[in-house]
Amino acid sequence: MNSDAIIPVRTYVLVFLGLIMLTITTTAVAFVDLGGQWNTAAALAIAVIKALLVILFFMHVLYSRPLTWVFVSAGFFWLLILFTLTLADYFMRNIGGAPLRSAAPAAQAAPRQTREITPRALSTSEPRATQRTATVREKRSE
Amino acid sequence: MNDAVPERRLHYLNVSYGVKSWLCTTDHKRIAWLYLLSITFFFFIGGMAATLLRLELLTPQGDLVQAETYNKLFTMHGVMMIFFFLIPSIPAVLGNFLIPMMIGARDLAFPRLNLASWYLYIIGGLLAIGAAVAGGVDTGWTFYTPYSSIYSNTHVTLTVCGIFINGFSSILTGLNFIVTIHKMRAPGMTWFRLPLFVWSHYATSIIFILGTPVVAIALALVALERVFRLGIFDPELGGDPVLFQHLFWFYSHPAVYIMILPGMGVISEVIACFSRKRVFGYSFVAFSSLAIAVLGFLVWGHHMFVSGQSIYAGMIFSLLSMMVAIPSAIKVFNWTATLYRGSIALDAPMLYALGFIGLFTIGGLTGIFLATLAIDVQVHDTYFVVAHFHYIMVGGAVMAYLGGIHFWWPKMTGRLYPEGWARLAAVTIFLGFNLTFFPQFVLGYLGMPRRYHAYPPEFQVLNVMSSAGASILAVGYLLPLIYLIWSLRYGAVAGMNPWKATGLEWQTPSPPPTDNFEVTPTVTREAYDYARPEPQSDYVPGEVEHV
Amino acid sequence: MRARNLSRITCREKWNMSKNHPGLLHHFDDPEQQLDASQSGMWIFLATEVMFFGGMFIGYTVYREGYFEVFAHASNHLNVWLGSINTAVLICSSLSMALAVHSAQSGHRRQLLVFLVLTMLLGTVFLGIKFTEYYHKYEEHLIPGLDFAFKEGNPGHAAIFFSFYFAMTGVHALHMVIGLGLLAYLAVKTTRGRFSPLYYTPVEMVGLYWHFVDIVWIFLFPLLYLVGRHL
Repeated sequence: MNSDAIIPVRTYVLVFLGLIMLTITTTAVAFVDLGGQWNTAAALAIAVIKALLVILFFMHVLYSRPLTWVFVSAGFFWLLILFTLTLADYFMRNIGGAPLRSAAPAAQAAPRQTREITPRALSTSEPRATQRTATVREKRSE
Repeated sequence: MNDAVPERRLHYLNVSYGVKSWLCTTDHKRIAWLYLLSITFFFFIGGMAATLLRLELLTPQGDLVQAETYNKLFTMHGVMMIFFFLIPSIPAVLGNFLIPMMIGARDLAFPRLNLASWYLYIIGGLLAIGAAVAGGVDTGWTFYTPYSSIYSNTHVTLTVCGIFINGFSSILTGLNFIVTIHKMRAPGMTWFRLPLFVWSHYATSIIFILGTPVVAIALALVALERVFRLGIFDPELGGDPVLFQHLFWFYSHPAVYIMILPGMGVISEVIACFSRKRVFGYSFVAFSSLAIAVLGFLVWGHHMFVSGQSIYAGMIFSLLSMMVAIPSAIKVFNWTATLYRGSIALDAPMLYALGFIGLFTIGGLTGIFLATLAIDVQVHDTYFVVAHFHYIMVGGAVMAYLGGIHFWWPKMTGRLYPEGWARLAAVTIFLGFNLTFFPQFVLGYLGMPRRYHAYPPEFQVLNVMSSAGASILAVGYLLPLIYLIWSLRYGAVAGMNPWKATGLEWQTPSPPPTDNFEVTPTVTREAYDYARPEPQSDYVPGEVEHV
Repeated sequence: MRARNLSRITCREKWNMSKNHPGLLHHFDDPEQQLDASQSGMWIFLATEVMFFGGMFIGYTVYREGYFEVFAHASNHLNVWLGSINTAVLICSSLSMALAVHSAQSGHRRQLLVFLVLTMLLGTVFLGIKFTEYYHKYEEHLIPGLDFAFKEGNPGHAAIFFSFYFAMTGVHALHMVIGLGLLAYLAVKTTRGRFSPLYYTPVEMVGLYWHFVDIVWIFLFPLLYLVGRHL
């Protein structure tokens, strides 16, 4: 016999209803201006709760052995490493008013405080494809 | 019935014959041989590329090949050597062969996935070779954008597909090892009785699992950008090429620990056996393996100090990079302490192991130089970096691989290799290696950039020394190819345990039966029970009871 | 005669069909070890998938931080109603998948088949809606590289948004297609009576995979569709 617990159908249905409610909530809240970054924070928080419901109940993690918890956490922890150190780079560019490149051009839609990835903006809105292939073809004709 | 002819013992090599029995095998030992032959093939392809590179660099002018061809050659050398030789080498050959035996299991947890791993490796490799034959790639094995994603006119997509598929091979191997080590240890084989070879492969598998997918997506995005003109790394759209570098190096730095950790596992085994002593500080070495795997994920930005990455992030990465040297140093100290007052025998595996310790230390220390921001600004993209990583990958990993092949050759084949030739080859490789790569430290420090097919004339003497060393190194690599094949037929028959080593793999006949052990062993002792005072035998094998 | 420690002998003796246990592979000692190994293996594979999608998520995050306004405007071109419906469809399919595993555990073969087919149907509906959305984007000239045109801000930055949109939902859709294939395989095996309360490991493994694909969408939906609805 399998060592797997059999979770009652009722639990599954309750979790399902919870997920549907949270989906409705997240869509509704998206239309309300919570100010600044709070919309993003709310959306992410709801997504995390939904994901936890799926992981713990649908994927049986709540009922499984500690080693499974280790494997699950390891995946997300490593994702955290990727996010933290990469964002550390982007958030710490242009500190102290010493940008790595020249100052931001006016072409950006709204002036953001510090984070500038590249200041260059497209001068036209022509289809990129034809532009780029033309350039590449020029280069190759030498 | 006349029984004059004794019954031939069945083992994994003679239990069945024919191409199908090899290509459809699920026996981890046969799969190890499939890998051994294939990675040797890719090694020689990468080696041929290196030969042409070093021939070109004999003279300051670019006279052997054009610049574009040179670019394709170093790309081919990097891609073949890293993705198709070094990363699979010890795990896929020695790891596959030995891990089930070392833990007392009949096979890995997922034998069919193991075979699938090999097929994925072959498909990936054939795609990469196909790209080479079709004209090559000139982006460097690092595939930096936007050159690789937009401007290069070479077969980037094909090569990247090959590497992507090969990545799955790595992932499945790592998955197999982790589950096997967790779930399939024999009774009594607790974690701290495991051979350090197994610990180091566990740590390597962590990196396989958590790092490979990120480079997979990075390269997939490059391919999507090339094929569908998506604009993710394109500066003209506001994209950031450095983002690619983050995703690429997030894997490719831990990848270097994939290449060295299994070698460290081999060295632990060899040093213990040929000093007749238990490994000093066993748990320190075991935990250091895990520490290297984890810390190795925190340092990737040290490849990007001059890329446009934030200087402050650079400082963080610099500090973390110095920290990751600590567990490696702990291992070197522990190996040295193991050697101290040991009863040293200088057989070929031991020669490789001793060479490893010295060369890995040099390579590792120069890594600290590179981790120092100010020095890196000077030597980034010069031959200093090239020398640094070759000291670790060739002086370290390749020598550990060869040492391991020699050490376990009697177990894998039932034959002894010729010891004299093996020692000669080991010394030749050591001397050739140093002559090839030490001058490159000087060249880099003096300012010679890497990936250039022509250079100022004042660098010629050092370049000639390097190329001369490469030719000696080539001879050193050819020797084992010859005498190992020779030994298959003419080598002395090896018994169960010619080295008198501890370890469960030595308690079964050479070559082993398909299921490894007649009876599942029960483990009652620690891993390296050497230096016993008993006169009959100075060691006790790990397994005592047959139930 | 193979050596076992005591607890395993006892477990084994309890088990009448031990020698002929459905699906027991020779290198495992007992079905429990095999199931354990399979579960661990699948979770490790899912960890690799977390990192695989994670690479795209970090890329998206970096650009969203840098070009928030344009991303908000670009996101508003996505159809939030179709996206929400798709989210609900996937959640329903997760329920039916969980119920499929439950049916297998309880030995209800017909129910198992029904839920597997239902999951496949819902997955197909999801893909259908997805490709409808893609077609709309094609009509609106919002596919980068294909006559891309964007008026409400820097078109380059908008192209980056849509590149991520297509890359992330595309890779997700690819995973769904693979999932449909796996479900079809399970359905066929179910009709042949392969699964029972003694052995339903493949059903559980595909279930884990399917739920994971659902979780990816749970994050994709708000991050892609709900950026600037409040603006």
